[in-house]
Amino acid sequence: MNYREAITTITELLDDQLVICANGLISRETFTIRDRTENFYMIGSMGMASSIGLGVALSKPSKKTIILDGDGNLLMNLGSLPMTGSLRPGNLLHIVLDNEVYASTGNQPTISNVIELEEIAKSARYVYVKKVATNEDLRREVVHTLKNDGPSFLLVKISDKEEQREIGRVTHSPEQIKERFMSAIDSKST
Amino acid sequence: MYKSEDFAQELINGGYDFFTGVPCSIIGNLITNLTDRPDVAYIPAVREDAAVGVASGAYMAGKIPVVLMQNSGLGQCLNTLTSLNLIYKLPCLMIVTWRGFEGKDAPEHLVMGRTCNKLLDTIGIPHHDFNHDNIKSLINMSYKLVTENKEPLVLFLKKGIIE
Repeated sequence: MNYREAITTITELLDDQLVICANGLISRETFTIRDRTENFYMIGSMGMASSIGLGVALSKPSKKTIILDGDGNLLMNLGSLPMTGSLRPGNLLHIVLDNEVYASTGNQPTISNVIELEEIAKSARYVYVKKVATNEDLRREVVHTLKNDGPSFLLVKISDKEEQREIGRVTHSPEQIKERFMSAIDSKST
Repeated sequence: MYKSEDFAQELINGGYDFFTGVPCSIIGNLITNLTDRPDVAYIPAVREDAAVGVASGAYMAGKIPVVLMQNSGLGQCLNTLTSLNLIYKLPCLMIVTWRGFEGKDAPEHLVMGRTCNKLLDTIGIPHHDFNHDNIKSLINMSYKLVTENKEPLVLFLKKGIIE
């Protein structure tokens, strides 16, 4: 499974859930595959997707909030896992696309080839934790975690090497990304 | 000195409804009060940038957040402030304790103590100082600035103003 397949599978299963996309390839790929007003694309503040998602989930408990994170991003803000595990927002789903490299900067290795991020999530008291490596398993687990309370953590192992290709950048301005995301939250609370 | 309980009440009366941060001894009682209150939630953050991140998410979901921290924490959240809050226009009120003011503190506070206000000037985050007489007015003014300008605002709090 490569990045594109994983993000395609995840986004196909969404209706009105809120999604915080980590900066770098995750935001750019998600924007390219399925741009939605419910997507908040990060372009900077690496590591913060999990914290921003936690703030959204805590403040809007009636809405499922999904964090689309990467291994490099999560390793940069590992403290967000115990924060989430201690606060236990049931509406939070944390998906980590783990390709074991910093793909956005040219595939320099992270350390997730030897560090089991799902074990850290378990220790941090996430209610439901799964590791998946195939598209079929990913689809099943996303369906399950969208239906059930969490906080849930899905570690998605990305094994296929990314071919070198051009991926578009998010064309909305940061302010536009924020404004439409806030409108999407608002329209869903009524 | 102003009581922490009254300070917390001023923040809530002023319109703030989401609190997170990392403790400093100067705001220890304030955080305890916010944690114990049944009418608001205080989210203990593991680091100051995580607090700013959580506050930014809360803002987008309809809250008007306050982040509490020591000035040492400004260094921790510099990248989040510059590449998230300032460019997306995500506001929060930051109540930042000013350790090392006028060089009177432990060594670890001295560099940030003499530069924290200039650091904010450099990145373009407005800041004001609490004193014994302006607590209520500064909090009320801050709400207007935060919600209208949609940018972080720092209110520095030195030792000896709240208890």
